[in-house]
Amino acid sequence: MAPPANRRSGFSRRAQYTIFISYFAGVAGVLLGVVLLVVSFVQPSAFVGMRALASDVTEPAGQVTATGRMASKNVFATVAGFIKAGSQHAKLERELALAKTRLVEARAMSVENRRLKGLLGLARQNPPPVVVTRLTSSTAASTRRFATLAAGIDRGVQKGMPVRSELGLLGRVLEVGQSSARVLLVTDTESLVPVRRASDGVPAFAQGTGDGTIRIKLISLGLNPLKKGDVFVTSGSGGLYRPGTPIAIAARINSDGAIAQVLANPSDADYVLVDQPFAPVPPPPVAPIPDSQ
Amino acid sequence: MRLWPSFGRERAPRINRAPSSLIARGTPWLTVMLASLLPGLSLIASAPVLPPFGFLVFISWRQLRPGLLPVWAGLPLGMFDDLYSGQPFGSAVLLFSAAAIALDLIEARLPWRNFLTEWLVAIGLIIVYTGFALALANLDGAHTPLRVTWPQIVISILAYPLVGRFVALADRLRLTPFLEIR
Repeated sequence: MAPPANRRSGFSRRAQYTIFISYFAGVAGVLLGVVLLVVSFVQPSAFVGMRALASDVTEPAGQVTATGRMASKNVFATVAGFIKAGSQHAKLERELALAKTRLVEARAMSVENRRLKGLLGLARQNPPPVVVTRLTSSTAASTRRFATLAAGIDRGVQKGMPVRSELGLLGRVLEVGQSSARVLLVTDTESLVPVRRASDGVPAFAQGTGDGTIRIKLISLGLNPLKKGDVFVTSGSGGLYRPGTPIAIAARINSDGAIAQVLANPSDADYVLVDQPFAPVPPPPVAPIPDSQ
Repeated sequence: MRLWPSFGRERAPRINRAPSSLIARGTPWLTVMLASLLPGLSLIASAPVLPPFGFLVFISWRQLRPGLLPVWAGLPLGMFDDLYSGQPFGSAVLLFSAAAIALDLIEARLPWRNFLTEWLVAIGLIIVYTGFALALANLDGAHTPLRVTWPQIVISILAYPLVGRFVALADRLRLTPFLEIR
C-alpha cells in the first residue's frame, strides 16, 4: 500500500520538530556508522582502547558464565560416562596395554634425544607459560573469530603472545586490556600459522576458514602428499608460535592441501595457557651443502 | 501459557500504583544491551552459530512498540554492540540505524500488522544484516565465504519469534505498576 501523502504528525510544532529531529538523528547515525567504519578500516588500532575497556568491564560476568559453561559440560560428561562405562572400560584397557609398550619406547627415545641434544649443545628449555587462565567470551554471532581471555596487563599478558590449551594451539593475543585480552583464534580467516606435518615436516600454512575448520595450504606446489589423519604442528618459522605445538588434523584432502579439524576446540578448553612469543635462535653458520646433482 | 508468575497481577495491589518511569523507558535499552552481550558470554564458538541477539531484540522492540526506541537509538546501541561483537567498529552503528529507518519506511507502506508479515519483514532484515555484516568484516581484512553464514541466518530466523515473545514479556514487566502514588 502506498504511504499516506501527508506525513504531518499534527498541528503541534513541537511534535513536528521532535519527529523531524529524531529522523535527522537516525540518518546521522547511518552516516556516523560509515565514518566509524572508514576510521576502523584505515586505522584499526583506533578503537582498541575502548574495546579493551569494554571487555574489562564484562570480565567478571565472563568468569561467572565460564564457570557455568564448565559445570554444565561436566554434567553432560558424567551422564555420558554412566551410559558408556562398560565399553569404554574395555577399550581403555586395550589402549593401556598398547600404551605401556609405547611408553617404554618413548622413554628410550627421550634419553637418546637428550644425549644427542647434549652433543649438539641445544639443551633449550621451553620457558613456563606466562599465565594459565580462562577464555571468558567469544564473538559467537560474528563471522570473525575472536575470544576474550580473563587476564590482561595485570598478569603479564602482552600483544602477540600465543595462546594454547593442553591439546593444541588456540590463537594469539591481539589486543590487551587491564584485566582482559582479545585473542585471534586460529579458525579466523585472518589467522595464518606456519605449520609442518608432524610425521615428516612437510611445510605448509594453516589458515582459518571461519567455520571452525582450518585450510592447510602446502608451500611447495606439486603432488599433494597429504593423507587424511595427518597431524600438523606449528613449525615456528617466522617466530611467534613455538615449534611443535599441535594445531590440526587433516580431515579432507583437496588440490592444494587439506581441510583440517582443529585439535584444541576453544569451547572444550577449560583452561588455556599463554606463552611467551617464540623468537627463533639465529641458526649457526653452516658450511654450504654440496649440490647432489 | 503463562511465562511469568503472578507477580504484580493478583497478589500485589495495583490500585494507586504507577510503573516506574525509569524502568518503563530504560527496559528496551537495557534488554538490547544485554542481548548484545549474550552471544559472547554463552559459548566460545568456533563458527558463527548464534544469532545476533542485539539486532533481533532491537528490531523486535521497534516492531512491537514503534517509537519507544527512537529512530536514532541505533547509534548508541550499535556502538555498544560493536564493542563486543567482533565486527569492525561502526558496523552495527550503520546497520542498526539503517534497519530502524528501513523498518519505518516499510511500516508506512504496511500499516496493518500480523505475526506473518512482521516475521517476513524481520527475515528480510536479518538476511540483509547478516550479509552486510559479513561484507563489512571481509572489507576489514577477513575473507570468510558466504556459506559460513547460512546456519546463522537459519537459526536467527527461527529464533526471531522467540525473541519477540521475550520482548513482549519484557514489555509487560516494563509497565508493571508497583510505585505507590502519593
